[in-house]
Amino acid sequence: MFCDRCGLPAAEGAHAECAAARELEPPRYCPDCRRRMKVQVVPTGWTASCVEHGTRKG
Amino acid sequence: MSQILDRARARVLADGVGLDQAEILEILRLPDEALPELLQLAHDVRIKWCGPEVEVEGIISLKTGGCPEDCHFCSQSGLFSSPVRAIWLDIPSLVEAAKQTAATGATEFCIVAAVRGPDKRLMEQMRAGVKAIKEAVDIQVAASLGMLTQEQVDELVEMGVHRYNHNLETCQSHFPNVVTTHSWEERWSTLKMVRESGMEVCCGGILGLGESIEQRAEFAAQLAELDPHEVPLNFLNPRPGTPLGDQPVVEGKDALRAIAAFRLAMPKTILRYAGGREITLGDLGTREGLLGGINAVIVGNYLTTLGRPATADLELLQDLKMPVKSLSATF
Ligand code: SF4
Ligand SMILES: [Zn+2]
Ligand SMILES: [Zn+2]
Repeated sequence: MFCDRCGLPAAEGAHAECAAARELEPPRYCPDCRRRMKVQVVPTGWTASCVEHGTRKG
Repeated sequence: MSQILDRARARVLADGVGLDQAEILEILRLPDEALPELLQLAHDVRIKWCGPEVEVEGIISLKTGGCPEDCHFCSQSGLFSSPVRAIWLDIPSLVEAAKQTAATGATEFCIVAAVRGPDKRLMEQMRAGVKAIKEAVDIQVAASLGMLTQEQVDELVEMGVHRYNHNLETCQSHFPNVVTTHSWEERWSTLKMVRESGMEVCCGGILGLGESIEQRAEFAAQLAELDPHEVPLNFLNPRPGTPLGDQPVVEGKDALRAIAAFRLAMPKTILRYAGGREITLGDLGTREGLLGGINAVIVGNYLTTLGRPATADLELLQDLKMPVKSLSATF
């Protein structure tokens, strides 16, 4: 529902640039509620947590 | 053939003496046609004075975000509307990250915190973290915790931290345009304390912060004067919400020219490819840099952004017949 890079509604505006940037960035916004997530990057991956919607990994 | 390259060949390659600021500027102004010859010379200098080994390092953010400083390029400053939130890493995860890093063959693991300087809590975390890593993993531990007091320098030495990173980020004349909450001179004084403590000094910066070509040369000359053991070279990856968020990225050819120029300024230092290489130079850039003066890489992810997979860099090193520097070679 929300772009996980810029936090704006995924259905509005263009997010192609966000998608391209996301290849070298972890997500920052929860796609379900657009809260800023707590993101930890480690050498081989990342985890991103929303208080409401739990933790995602990549 | 250009005169400056002849001079560099005669002095830097033959005698291991770096170029001065005016000469570095000449290098940075070389036309595109001269780039292959320049990169070859920088590579020859690196091979002659540093050898074919490549030092591999992993980095980890122990404390992310919420920094009180205002470095205009940084997504971890609490003063900008960056989406990066403050978070601490726990010790078991820190040790796990060190293990993953060691598994790539890396010999260096650098623990980084987004702070002006360490407080008591951070020093306690460091003490516990370094101890736990040393008990579990065979890897050298470096740290980057901002500006230090003499007491903190001594404590880090005692913990067994062997190298300290503190970047000057940019040249002295451009620094006030990039950071206003502390000075270049304050950073320099931390570096002097680190040097005197016996820890290895790691000091570099970021290119593409709006500095002029002249200021890029100034920066290389100032680093050469400091004479660090290692120089990490980053290229700005403009971060949303920061004052430099719309800054154009450094052109690939300018990035390669800069790498070669820094090598010719500091023939014997460890020159490390750090953040932003994927953005500035794309996938091919790593190869070109390693054949143009670079002799160290950060593998895997960075602090808040992602890098290419460690395996891609390691395969490339194999391809280039550049051995990964081993732990026994670093002691
Ligand atoms: S001191 Fe470090 S973490 Fe803090 S804003 Fe500057 S670069 Fe970012
Ligand atoms: Zn978006
Ligand atoms: Zn959510």
